[in-house]
Amino acid sequence: MENAILNIINLTKHFGGVRAVDNFSLSLSEGSIQAVIGPNGAGKTTIFNLITGLYKPTAGEIFFTSQKIDNIDTFKIAEMGIARTFQNIRLFPEFSVLDNVRTACHLRANYSILEGLMPTPRRIQQEKQLKEFAMGLLRLVKLDSRADDNASSLPYGHRRRLEIARAIAIEPRLLLLDEPAAGMNPDETQKLMEFIAEIHKKFNLTILLIEHHMEVVMGLADHITVIDFGKTIANGTPDEIQSNPVVIAAYLGVGD
Amino acid sequence: MSTYFQGIIILAGINLIAVLGLSLLTGFTGSFCFGQAGFLAVGAYVSTLMTMKLNMPFLISLSTGMMATGLISILLGYPTLKLKGDYFAIATLGFSEAIRLVIENLDKVTGGARGIPGIPTRTTLPLVILMAIIATVCIRFYVVSRHGRNCIAVREDETAAQSIGINTFRYKQISFFINGMLAGLAGGLLAHYVGFIQPSMFSIIKSTELIVMVIFGGMHSVTGATLAAVVLTALPEVLRTAAAWRLVAYGAVVVFIMVVRPEGLLGSWELSWTSLRVLWLSSSSRLRLLRKR
Repeated sequence: MENAILNIINLTKHFGGVRAVDNFSLSLSEGSIQAVIGPNGAGKTTIFNLITGLYKPTAGEIFFTSQKIDNIDTFKIAEMGIARTFQNIRLFPEFSVLDNVRTACHLRANYSILEGLMPTPRRIQQEKQLKEFAMGLLRLVKLDSRADDNASSLPYGHRRRLEIARAIAIEPRLLLLDEPAAGMNPDETQKLMEFIAEIHKKFNLTILLIEHHMEVVMGLADHITVIDFGKTIANGTPDEIQSNPVVIAAYLGVGD
Repeated sequence: MSTYFQGIIILAGINLIAVLGLSLLTGFTGSFCFGQAGFLAVGAYVSTLMTMKLNMPFLISLSTGMMATGLISILLGYPTLKLKGDYFAIATLGFSEAIRLVIENLDKVTGGARGIPGIPTRTTLPLVILMAIIATVCIRFYVVSRHGRNCIAVREDETAAQSIGINTFRYKQISFFINGMLAGLAGGLLAHYVGFIQPSMFSIIKSTELIVMVIFGGMHSVTGATLAAVVLTALPEVLRTAAAWRLVAYGAVVVFIMVVRPEGLLGSWELSWTSLRVLWLSSSSRLRLLRKR
């Protein structure tokens, strides 16, 4: 694809004898929202872990813009502009809400380790900017009133939003969301969808989404990839996917 | 001031310097180090040999000891900092014992198990106080800088830290290096205060003593580490009248604190204008409530 921001080519990952991801390919065009769906254990999160470098692929290649990233350290991939959230929310529990986001802004400051040991004017200036930027993000996710609270004291839905704010704080071009609506009721899910649509527009993000809530997937994604047992079984727009007999069979089983 | 009292302050200051490094490495970065005595030994022996064999001025010996210990931390960090949790602790313990045995067996240079007597006692009270204050202030500033936050992020969740672009290995390495430098400084000061060093001073007992101070004061608090280093150095001296029972009392105090406050004396509370104001406001409002009743 011409303007693809992420290109995954024949990606394969084996754990011992298990083929978690098998010959998976995907092309993500800049500015789009794509979803990967599939039954539990289909290998969706493994794909995210491969993109972000937590796992090294058994075979296949991953390109971000034009750079090959399948053998690069996780933190460098984040620096290049890929942010993610985790299926089971991984905040820094002992940090305040503000510090969770402020820590993720660290790349916006460049004062040295030596300046970390003393309060130089440059450090004070940069720290002030970091705080302002982080507070701005917190206002966006409507958590600014709880900035000083412990992150672990937030209710579930807020923790999700905080994790997304932390991911955006690194100013990514590509955002990977791993089941953002997991465990949410219909009302919360609706709000989350609006929120994702809002940040997508506001930050010019490209979003790759794993989700089980079909209304989220159908409402947000321009394009859907369905996988089962590590293999792509269908590909297309939401309408095409909904009427695809292979997908229905994978999700519901085949009747007689 | 009596020399006895001065001595307690000097030892507290030296322990404090070693504890601060350990607090940064173990408390804030989350790498449990059980071999601090080994780093003290490197600092002590390198600076002593510089003074005794090469007739170097004290401050040059001291900084050479610091540098050497920092360098060894970096070299040791490459293979060990990738280890998870307990395995890192075991590796540092092994390193510390290995250093002690190397010193014991390098008879010609280090005097072996008999140690080195007659080191010029150049460590003075003002110097120790100055060094301890500089170290405390620097570490206190470091943990609230972006680098310090990155260290804490590594402790809290290494995978999440990497996912926001933190080079977790590098931050562990920096903490290990700073810890090494401070331990080297403490070792050099100790050698030039006591005037005599021998390998048995740097056994696992010393490592335990220092890590207990970090845990006792509060793993996530520089203020706590400072307080614990001073209190726990002075405590056995205060209890000296109880003779042999003083170490039992010392142990009992540590056990008591761990049972009633597992997060340490101060937990993650830090001394600052804001925290003092919060403390003042909450206590005065509590007083007002009491008066109303």
